[in-house]
Amino acid sequence: MNSFTYTRATAVDAAVREKSADDGVKFIAGGTNLLDLMKENIERPTRLVDINTLPLTTIDSTPEGGLRLGALATNADTAWHPEVEKRYPLLSQAILAGASPQLRNMATDGGNLFQRTRCYYFYDLATPCNKREPGSGCSAIGGYNRIHAILGTSESCIATHPSDMCVALAALNATVRVTGKNGERTVQFADFHRLPEDQPQFDNTLAPDEIVTAIDLPNEDFSQNFSYLKLRDRTSYAFALVSVAAALQLEGNTIKEARLALGGVAHKPWRDSAAENLLKGQPATEETFRRAAAAVLQDAKGYGHNTFKIELAKRAIVRALKQAAEGTQHATEAFKNSNP
Amino acid sequence: MSTTNYIGKPTSRVEGPAKVTGAAKYAAEYNVPDLAYGYVVSSPIAKGKITKIHADEVRAIPGVLQVFSHENVPSLAWFDRSYKDDVAPGGSPFRPLQGAEVKYSQQPVAVVIAETFELARYAASLLRIDYDVAPHDTDLETKRDDGFEPGRGKTGWVPPPKPRGNPNEALKNAVHKVEGEYIHLTQHHNPMEMFASTVEWLGDKKLKIYDKTQGAFNSQQYVTKVFGLSKDDAQVISKYTGGGFGSGLRPQYQLFMAVLASLELKRSVRVSLTRQQMFSFGHRPHTLQYVELGTNADGTLAALHHHALHETSQFEDYTENVVNWSGMLYQCDNVKLTYQLAKLDVYTPQDMRAPGAATGSFALEIAMDEMAYAAGLDPLEFRLRNYAERDQNADKPFSSKKLRECYHEGAAKFGWDKRNPEPRSMRDGNMLVGWGMGGGVWDASIQKCAAKVTLTADGHLNVLSGANDIGTGTYTIITQIAAETLGLPLEAVTFTLGDTTLPEAPLQGGSWTAASVGNAVKETCDKLGEKLLKLAQKMAGSPLKDASYEDVQFVNGQIRLNADPTQAVVIRDVLPASGEKELTVENTMMPNPASQLTHSLHAHNAVFAEVKVDPELGTVHVTRVVNAVAAGRILNPKTARSQVLGSVVWGISMAMMEETVMDHGFGRYMNHNLSEYHVPVCADIHDIEVIFVEEEDDKVNPLGIKGLGEVGLLGVAAAIANAVYHATGKRIRNLPVSIDKLL
Ligand SMILES: Cc1cc2nc3c(=O)[nH]c(=O)nc-3n(C[C@H](O)[C@H](O)[C@H](O)COP(=O)(O)OP(=O)(O)OC[C@H]3O[C@@H](n4cnc5c(N)ncnc54)[C@H](O)[C@@H]3O)c2cc1C
Ligand code: SF4
Repeated sequence: MNSFTYTRATAVDAAVREKSADDGVKFIAGGTNLLDLMKENIERPTRLVDINTLPLTTIDSTPEGGLRLGALATNADTAWHPEVEKRYPLLSQAILAGASPQLRNMATDGGNLFQRTRCYYFYDLATPCNKREPGSGCSAIGGYNRIHAILGTSESCIATHPSDMCVALAALNATVRVTGKNGERTVQFADFHRLPEDQPQFDNTLAPDEIVTAIDLPNEDFSQNFSYLKLRDRTSYAFALVSVAAALQLEGNTIKEARLALGGVAHKPWRDSAAENLLKGQPATEETFRRAAAAVLQDAKGYGHNTFKIELAKRAIVRALKQAAEGTQHATEAFKNSNP
Repeated sequence: MSTTNYIGKPTSRVEGPAKVTGAAKYAAEYNVPDLAYGYVVSSPIAKGKITKIHADEVRAIPGVLQVFSHENVPSLAWFDRSYKDDVAPGGSPFRPLQGAEVKYSQQPVAVVIAETFELARYAASLLRIDYDVAPHDTDLETKRDDGFEPGRGKTGWVPPPKPRGNPNEALKNAVHKVEGEYIHLTQHHNPMEMFASTVEWLGDKKLKIYDKTQGAFNSQQYVTKVFGLSKDDAQVISKYTGGGFGSGLRPQYQLFMAVLASLELKRSVRVSLTRQQMFSFGHRPHTLQYVELGTNADGTLAALHHHALHETSQFEDYTENVVNWSGMLYQCDNVKLTYQLAKLDVYTPQDMRAPGAATGSFALEIAMDEMAYAAGLDPLEFRLRNYAERDQNADKPFSSKKLRECYHEGAAKFGWDKRNPEPRSMRDGNMLVGWGMGGGVWDASIQKCAAKVTLTADGHLNVLSGANDIGTGTYTIITQIAAETLGLPLEAVTFTLGDTTLPEAPLQGGSWTAASVGNAVKETCDKLGEKLLKLAQKMAGSPLKDASYEDVQFVNGQIRLNADPTQAVVIRDVLPASGEKELTVENTMMPNPASQLTHSLHAHNAVFAEVKVDPELGTVHVTRVVNAVAAGRILNPKTARSQVLGSVVWGISMAMMEETVMDHGFGRYMNHNLSEYHVPVCADIHDIEVIFVEEEDDKVNPLGIKGLGEVGLLGVAAAIANAVYHATGKRIRNLPVSIDKLL
């Protein structure tokens, strides 16, 4: 680990000023991702600005009737917040599907957006990686890529964004509130993360000195028919091979409104509006779900070890939509009940 | 009623309080004064030569004490034999920091010593090293036709027996036949505690070494031979070990580095490895197996052929017994067992829990399931029909073998009779349910072992033996044995281990510790008991005057006459009456070679597993496992059960998750951390039932113990894979049974 200095931020604009004045500055929130990356010598900040002192920890209603999650609200406090549980249970489910209780107690909602990929090569300084060292090459293409992306990849990078929370935020049409040198702005969640293209070193579209202050959830009701389905190599404490956030509004058996986003398959949470449109106005049947699933994956590309994800994602979409339509939870719930 | 009968009673760990309060210290926790810290630099390339180490840049950093590499390591022992530890396989052991050659990826190439750990790590990250890269070969698949039969093995390795009968002919004529290839990749031990050594410099080349190891004497031997130290100058201490599973059977390179740095800098030094570096040494080897079985019309085995090929390094021929068990577990007159190695640019594999047998039983027991289906027999019935009453490999009777009872008791507990054999026939809601079984056989070994026991005038018994407790419960069972032998309460016995100044004990491995240390302590306590009896007989009015040792019992703090237990002497009174301050016996127990010559000494188990599989998503839950074990006398059902529970969890892990994946382009393991090398979490583990069937054995050793560290793992992976077949109709012969294989 490099040596670095450490200061506490006093105000949002002061934090932004500190960061824009010095390339070596990194904000630290829960530290659950940043510190690991520093120990691995992948992130090498010369100065840490601790933003935990900023007054961004609350979860409040917005004037439009939605909910505002402060950037420094912890993942645990968010998942268990009564309003989130009641109105945005998809988000609660997604958060609780990730990491461990200890980590969720430390991890912040803002930090979760910025967590970096879990690509093996990104983590191993002995191997080339365009994301870590632009221009050095992508070792995962042609290498071991079991956990890698099948959608929106480029010749430069096939890494995935590992977050669970962000998949639900994408499905729920969240907005990110950001403050930079030129003041405040909002970013649609779909525009927050980016595809790798030929610049995989950039995970998102923010300017380096911008800070996330809050995440807004719109005043929409997906509290009845939703499902967050996460498939992984063990039952807990593993990143998603494929995850699906599905949310529906039904009128009888007809789909009025649909949301569909995938995790573990792309460089960003993969929301597919075209597939959502295929669902709208259709009966909530397996047939409909299959059509949507096929549409999401129609341009998918496997790289060898991860090719199974294409079929897995299709099946996961169908299952998640089915669970959403039936108002039942994750598949393992049923199993848990049969084995107390 | 006797209250000092401890053997066979569930007893909580005597060291439990020390462990949960943090009083138990591990190798990296001894904070000796003026300690310097080392951080190991690992090679990024798999093969080649170091052309330059830019060490001066790093030495210039304030607080950095030294950078050691092949460029400045002083000349050390010359001959290979100096680097050979107790379980070194044939070949030339790897010598850390000696020579510019890189033989495998993650090879330690330098160690940076600094005033703090953080500084050492930082400085190590700046160390520039130039390499000449050479082409490497790390892929066992490319060596399928390049295997060789090892001529030299390591201790405990038995070359496969010569073919018996006429296997080729018998296979040709068999009524039913199956054949298959079974594969698992490399697996790493990953005990919780990382390897670490703290070397305390006591001046004048005298060292006290706290090492993470499964054998303090093995580490001492290595250090004294490599660095030319006397045993008095290299005391090795290892009081607690946070798991070993075989990884601590050989001294790891951090020991070499810490001793080197301490001697050179004349200072206390600690070197600990990182989790990533836990993937830089021994491992269960990537193994390809081929099994071919044939049966007669009545379902008896007509022929069996089992072949294994696994990797080893370029410099040592690591061997383990993979195929031999297949000639022993079932009755079969036509058997061919073959075993080969292939050299790759990797580090030498190393014993990992039930080495060889975990691998072999995975293949054989899936093949047996396939054969049962081919022959139209229930897998349990098929095994019973082929029950081996005699060890056909060695052509000897078993000293005891209660595998049949394992089958029956395990099946009854599991409810096996309710199984519908048809694949995909059983369901729980939407989930497919599968039931499978397996099992295995493992050596009941014993090694020479010394112990010393001292009874003090106040009635306290100190038991000393330089064994290791790697978390298995050695502290507790030895305390139980000593207390019961001399009729003392548990609290009156203290067992001290893990120190080379104690009487010598063997490495903690091969499931022989309970038998070796247990029988040594029992024998030594009996000798002390005889002396004590003599003293008791001299007491005024002693009721024991004419008694021989066989005539008395040591119970409840008393020596009593068997014939009339009211006639007794209180043990605490004996030494004061005799005027002795203490009574000591030191003794070395030698295993009885006679029973080893006349009998086959083995433990057995039978495993039954249930899985529930989501038919569309391919997710598998191992919902139930019953493991019935026949391992002689069970000293402590509580710690014994923990051993088998741990084995089952390990088996679930082996079946469902574990694989160290090599990127052959780099010749490097890529998932070298616990985030991507998966082992189960609590949510993956459900009902586990452990059964110990009664097995009395007066031949295996005086206490009748067979050891439990390994047998519980056998057949678990196969039972699960067989259950997955039963649930889904998909035969997976390639571990782990991951989600992608079930789509
Ligand atoms: C073992 C392990 C398992 C995990 N498993 C999962 C999982 O299954 N699913 C999942 O979704 N996640 C998982 N995580 C990731 C975890 O969710 C993230 O590490 C966490 O959300 C990051 O939040 P943090 O507050 O700790 O961020 P930090 O580590 O403090 O920061 C991360 C990055 O974000 C930047 N940053 C933080 N806050 C702001 C802000 N307000 N504005 C601008 N920049 C900011 C920091 O500068 C830094 O670069 C796991 C993590 C670990 C260590
Ligand atoms: S996939 Fe992306 S992160 Fe991984 S090696 Fe390639 S460039 Fe690096």
